[in-house]
Formats: sequence, structure tokens, C-alpha cells
Amino acid sequence: MNRAFAWLAVALPALLAGCGSDPDPAQYGAAPDLPAQERGLLPDMTIARPASWGDLRPTVPQGYAIAAIATDLAIPRQTLVLPNGDILVAEGRGGSAARLKPKDVIAGYIKAKGTSPVKGGNRLTLLRDADGDGVYELRTVFADKLNAPYGLALVGNHLYVANQDALVRLDYREGQVKAEAPPVKIADLPAAINHHWTKALAASADGRFLYVGIGSNSNITERGMDAEVDRARVWQVDAATGAHKPYATGLRNPTALAIQPGSGRLWAVVNERDELGPNLVPDYLTSVREGGFYGWPYSYWGRNVDPRVRPQDPAKVAAAIVPDYSLGSHVAALGLAFSAPAMGAKFADGAFVGEHGSWNRSDPVGYKVVFVPFRDGRPAGPPVDFVTGFRGEDGMTRGRPVGVTVDPRGALIVADDLSNTIWRVTPAR
Amino acid sequence: MAITIDRRYRSDLHPFHAVLLAGAVPLFLGAMLSDIAYARSYQIQWTNFASWLLAGALVVAAGALLWALVDLSRGRRDGLWLAYVLVLAVTWLLGFVDALVHARDAWATMPTGLVLSVVVAVLACVATWLGFAGGRAGGAP
Repeated sequence: MNRAFAWLAVALPALLAGCGSDPDPAQYGAAPDLPAQERGLLPDMTIARPASWGDLRPTVPQGYAIAAIATDLAIPRQTLVLPNGDILVAEGRGGSAARLKPKDVIAGYIKAKGTSPVKGGNRLTLLRDADGDGVYELRTVFADKLNAPYGLALVGNHLYVANQDALVRLDYREGQVKAEAPPVKIADLPAAINHHWTKALAASADGRFLYVGIGSNSNITERGMDAEVDRARVWQVDAATGAHKPYATGLRNPTALAIQPGSGRLWAVVNERDELGPNLVPDYLTSVREGGFYGWPYSYWGRNVDPRVRPQDPAKVAAAIVPDYSLGSHVAALGLAFSAPAMGAKFADGAFVGEHGSWNRSDPVGYKVVFVPFRDGRPAGPPVDFVTGFRGEDGMTRGRPVGVTVDPRGALIVADDLSNTIWRVTPAR
Repeated sequence: MAITIDRRYRSDLHPFHAVLLAGAVPLFLGAMLSDIAYARSYQIQWTNFASWLLAGALVVAAGALLWALVDLSRGRRDGLWLAYVLVLAVTWLLGFVDALVHARDAWATMPTGLVLSVVVAVLACVATWLGFAGGRAGGAP
């Protein structure tokens, strides 16, 4: 009993307070530092405290300008720039995960304080700047009554939308501002529970296949192994028939997919597991190998075993691929777009990544859009801040970036699901 | 033929205090058994059960502890009663730590959660015995 008391007296305050400061290790790039796993009695938590922008604006590099081109949306997530320059915005909020433990009730309440209270729109909004002055004067609802739409892709005259439960198709003609017919279902998507509900979408360069990112149904199997059937993977769906096959697995939450210009390769940003410490596990950007297994749930960053998973699977751990590029732990990468020469010389070759921002860390990270420079088709060098200031020095959070899209005419479109705004960053002329 | 039993317990526990105290035992015991079932089967539902059983046990045990502390503050200071309050307080504190351990995901609750659940279940039994024994010892006619 004495030992128990001593343990309580000494360890309890330290454990309850979490682990204090989170020294930032060098966690970018191909070989990030991976510290030992740690978890106190309470997870480290710093939840965003929302505030309005007022006269403030996000910060962009010298020589660039930023403007809000649409406000008061209903939870904008991903965007798509159409061939005529119109922008489609997918708005919604999904998920139907039951609260299984007292922890889910408490954590759910706390985390909800860091997000927008607005109801998800379940629609696509179209924005148009007809005269090219940077003001998107037309705003219409292109399609509604969707079910938490997220991923968007255009192939010819077909607009594909990844709802949280199904991949659907709308017909699209250039200049159209409203869908003329209800969506046609291409394929059902795994939708039970939907702990991670977002369905990312990209179309292959030839338009024959659609890639759908399907997140895991838990942080780390705490909803049971049965809930993880067909989860944490990327599906390849035949656009003509709707037939699907797993393209790559073990990707915990592939929240954005993009095809690399030139190579035609599929890339993804993936959100990794929580509650192993402030500097575990790094979220990453990676090219996705067909048939590859990326570790979840058995291991992370290659063969680092996660002891929280039972039964374990050493054979799967041995087969786990190391991702290409660490973005840092808990940044919550939700957007991915390859750049174009029109973005300016410094940001021409590489990928933009939207980082929604952390909760599982006492010192918050993310809450910005970064640019990962590429050389010869591979990431080269540390990420460069591109849009910052979402989390102010006063500790208040004014926006949280989600999807990023490059307009080939020379603009980066950023969806912000906290202030319900679409931001447009342009090189100053 | 009627049988009259002369030896009757005259517990000093208020009936509601007694219900709260005795109620904690099956809840802590259930948490322990659920943890054992999870450790043996890896079926996640058992650890969910353990979490809720612990939460329930902490609610009723908190009621009993509060009641006991009020009695203590009103001058009830005999040895058995002090032992009861102390053991119940330790039970609750370790039970709370156990509940926090059970808020970890999946197998991260193990083995600490199971060990704590066993310790707390035993302590809850001891606290309950002391609580009721205190009534009997103090209330001899």
C-alpha cells in the first residue's frame, strides 16, 4: 500500500499534466526521428479556440496576395477547379460513430469546441469569376442532397463525387452552373460507423480508374478488428463498371489523393495514429505503390510495432512499406495538390499540403498550408510555409485549412472549414 | 412453526448508504471480470464493458464515500469507521486511475488496467466488509 501511495503522490501530478513541453525533433522528410512511445494517464490535448477573422487575414509569402472568395459556406472541405475556371466546393460533415466508452463522450465534447458549429451543407457550391478580376461574383448550388461529399474529380463530361457512403457521377458540360439530373451511383463505399468518414478521390491520368481513399474505423483498432474490414486503404474503382479492388492497404487515413503531373503516379497524404506522444506518429506524404501495405494498424513508419493492436501480425509488420516523406506528427494533413509553373518560380515544382492542425499535442502544430519542394519527381528538402496565421499569436484559431487545389491559371484555392471560407492565394502581378 | 432469530444485525449504515456501498462491489468485480475476458479473447467489447462498469462503480462509490465523510465530520471516529473511510477512499482513487487507464485505446489498457481492476475489486470488498462490520460492532444491544 505504501508503494502505491508513493507512486500516486509522485507520479499522478506528472502523469495528469501530460508530458510538458514537446521539443520538436527533426521530423520532416524521408528519415524522421521517431522517439519512444509515451502516453500519460491523460492524452496531451490542446483544442483550437475559435475566433473570427475580423480585419485579419492569413499570411502568405512576399509577392503573393490572399483573398476570401466565398464566406458563410456550410463546412467546405475539398474544391475542384473546372476547365473554365469555375470552382466547385464540397460541403458536408459525416460520420456516425457511436460513443463506445466514457472517453468517447468526454473527448467528443472537448474536440467539438475546436470546430465550426455550422451544420454540414451536403452540397456542391459553384463559384464563378466571369470577368477574371479575382472576385467570384456568382455563387450557386451546383448539386444538393448529397451525403457528406468530399472527394471531387472531373473526367471529360463526368463529374465524380465521393460521398461518405457511395461514389456517384454527375454529368457536366462546360459553363453549367447546376446539375441537371440527380447523381448516378457508381459504387457503394464502406460506410459502417465511418469513424473516419472522408472519402478522398482522384482520377487516373487516362480517366479509366478512380482512386478512393477510405480511412480506418478507429484510432488504433479500439472499435474492434471486425470494424476494419475494407478500411484504411485506397480502392481502385473502374469508372465504367464500378468494380473495385484494393490498390494499397495499411494507410490509416488517406485524406487526400492526387495524380502527379508527368509521371501519372498516385500520391496521398495520410493521417497517422494518435496517443503515442507529441512526436508520434508522423503524418506523411507518399507515392502509393500498387499492392503496397503501409503498416496500419500493426506498425507505423515501416516496421515500428504498435503494441496496442491484438492480435499482432509479424508477417504484416515485415511487409510494411516506409512512406516517402514525413510531414510531422499530428499536423492532420487533409489537402494535397501538385503545383504548376503559374504559381511562381519558387513554388513551381512541388506539392501543397493543407494541414488542419493538431489536438493531441500540448504545443499545437499544423494549422497552415505548406509547400513540399520536389526535384526529379521526388520530395527534396524541408516543407516551406505557404499560408500561415490560421492560429494567431494570441492563441486563438481563426481558420483550419482542409482541401487545397491549384488553379493552373495561377492560384491556390484553400478550403477553411472553421471560418467556412474559401481562400485564394495568387502571385502578385 | 415460527423461528425467531435473536441475533439481529443492527447496522449503523443508513439504508441508502448501504446500497451505495454494496453496489460498488459487483460493479468493480464486473470490471475485473471484463478485463480478464478481454485479456483472454482480445474481443474489444469486453474492455468497453469494463470502462462503463468502472464509471458506474466510481459514481456509487463516490456517493458512499461522501456519506462516510459526512458521518466522520459529525464525530464518528471509532477505529473500524476510520479504516472503512480510508480503504474506501483508496478504492475510489485507484478506481479513478483505473478508469483513466481504461480510456486508452485497445490493448494500451493492458496490463495496468487489469492489475488495477483486481486490486480495486479486492479493496472494494474490504471496504464493504469494514463498513458493515463497523455497524455491527458499534451497535451491540
